[in-house]
Amino acid sequence: MSTPAPLHAVTVLGHDRPGIIAETTGRLADLGLNLEDSTMTLLRGHFAMMLLCAGDAEASAIEAALQPLTADGTLTVTVRDVPQEDAGAPAGTSWVLTVHGGDRPGIVSSVVARVAEVGGNITDLTTRLAGELYLLVAEIDLPAGADVPALEAAVTAAAADLGVGASLRAVEADEL
Amino acid sequence: MTVNDHVLGWSESDLGVEGRVLDVVRAPATVLSTRGADVDPTDPATVQLAADLVATMRVSPGCVGLAANQVGVSARVFCVDVSEHPKTRDHHGTFVLCNAEVVESSRNEKAREGCMSVPDLTGDVKRASRVVVRGLLPGTGEEVTLTANAFEARALQHEIDHTDGLLFLDRVAGAHAIHPRKTYL
Repeated sequence: MSTPAPLHAVTVLGHDRPGIIAETTGRLADLGLNLEDSTMTLLRGHFAMMLLCAGDAEASAIEAALQPLTADGTLTVTVRDVPQEDAGAPAGTSWVLTVHGGDRPGIVSSVVARVAEVGGNITDLTTRLAGELYLLVAEIDLPAGADVPALEAAVTAAAADLGVGASLRAVEADEL
Repeated sequence: MTVNDHVLGWSESDLGVEGRVLDVVRAPATVLSTRGADVDPTDPATVQLAADLVATMRVSPGCVGLAANQVGVSARVFCVDVSEHPKTRDHHGTFVLCNAEVVESSRNEKAREGCMSVPDLTGDVKRASRVVVRGLLPGTGEEVTLTANAFEARALQHEIDHTDGLLFLDRVAGAHAIHPRKTYL
């Protein structure tokens, strides 16, 4: 069996404009790199992209190829090599945690601390500040045997201390 | 599906009072996250509230339903009118229900929802596309049961959630199911 091609993690952050993804992926393709997982969003209007690409190019060569993106000083690019990770199927159960309320410091840290205490793993997270409304939505894998009612009570109590509301719901996946 | 003709025939003129346009409150107002009190549907204050909800819904562009929590009143009353919406299949026109509950639901579908009380975000929410709802008509206090489908079913669940202190944010399907609003009606 051949060794899988080396993986490189690329981040691009900064001022949004049309064409950033086209330029980034075009330059990666020119190096013969294959895009694997990627995610991109706007964070308060800032362009934010992370991607993993596979191929034999050196990190320094990738950095050099992407350097023109940073030329006007509005974008930051990082490249680093990362090992292959074996993303095994989680043994436990999947949940969606929603927290919303008036914005104040510490909402995310105090709520997700309760999740970490029971060995819960956050697999996806979005937070948004919209006017005075702060919203957190997290997808969580809980280990088999986790005491879900106890976690729900702990999360609800942590949220209540901050004057916000929390709810924890099982992820429903409809197999077709 | 059979439309409840009695509910379909109801209109806000049955209330006999003039509705006033009220201010709509926005999250994170506490009233939106608090279950409202059950009301006496024959109480004149409830009748006035029902008329006010319809009047406020009518002047709000794109609004197909409004719950009392959204005008700052912690009471289990809401109005709905999906009759002009393109996603509507069957509908019951304009109506107001007090102390309403979903008694049966089936056929889940996911769709993107917005809310006047969360003006800057939309979210993908899975809801039943067929529901049976029971509630009391304001004024007479008569108990009615109606079967709703498609968009009216979604609107009813969204509004009943409001009366229970829940926003669509509490039901979004996942971390990638929240979206900044692109268009404002």
